[in-house]
Amino acid sequence: MDRIDRAILNSIQGEFPLASRPFAELGAKLGLDEDEVTSRLQILKDEGIIRRIAPIINVKKLGGASTLVAMSVPLDKVDEVADIINAYPEVSHNYLRQDKYNIWFTVSAPSKSRLDQILEEVGEKTGCPCLNLPTVKTFKLGVKFEV
Amino acid sequence: MDETDRKLLKATQDGIPLVKKPFAEVANSLGISEDEVLRRTRGLLDEGVIRRFGASVAHRKIGITANAMCVWNVPDERVDEVGNTIAGFDDVTHCYARLRTKDWKHNMFAMVHGRTKQECEEVADRITKAIGIHDRKILFSDREFKKTGVRIE
Repeated sequence: MDRIDRAILNSIQGEFPLASRPFAELGAKLGLDEDEVTSRLQILKDEGIIRRIAPIINVKKLGGASTLVAMSVPLDKVDEVADIINAYPEVSHNYLRQDKYNIWFTVSAPSKSRLDQILEEVGEKTGCPCLNLPTVKTFKLGVKFEV
Repeated sequence: MDETDRKLLKATQDGIPLVKKPFAEVANSLGISEDEVLRRTRGLLDEGVIRRFGASVAHRKIGITANAMCVWNVPDERVDEVGNTIAGFDDVTHCYARLRTKDWKHNMFAMVHGRTKQECEEVADRITKAIGIHDRKILFSDREFKKTGVRIE
């Protein structure tokens, strides 16, 4: 990864050009031609540095519901429990953290009832205590990393 | 938000193709025009259905390996003020007030990313000092089991 890759990464995390030839527009801003932008992006994608260029969806605007869940899981069971949680496509993030509550995952479901159903099932399948910690207010949401 | 919008979100949520005219390719797969794809995408952004259209970067792969979930126990009457203060820190990517439960009293959550754990701890310390609330915890992530982004079916 060189200086040009870094410039590309910094420019596409925020506002991706919604235009017919977005990579030409990006290139114009960075002084690169379209082919160089797409070929570098392909390499960054192949290396796993870029996961995807995509819309980030707000399920609440679609009538959906989301929450953060914390679970307290014995260390020898974390892999098994993580697999049970990850099997739900509605689970978007899942991390092992250092606390009495050591598994933390986020769920975004198309409805509140589906969300409740998932939490109930996870509780039943794992037998581990679950804390449901829905958002009361959002103060910041802007994942952008200066590279 | 109609059925075509929903199809458009489903067609793009896993990533647009890295070709010269990515939206034309999406349009083709949906049987609508490229102009319509662009117009609808902008509309969804304006409505807030799309929070952001852009690249998702694997921060662990670019050296940002430490990820700290910092939590504070903030008195209810100070939640707005404290949340806004925390959101003002550049190193904070997400900040939310969440529901308290009887087993979890820390109601303010901030995600801090850094190159090292120490870097994250320093940010958490600066925040703690700025808000003057010392009942806090830092939960580093040891492993990432899943990170797919929010999807619709």
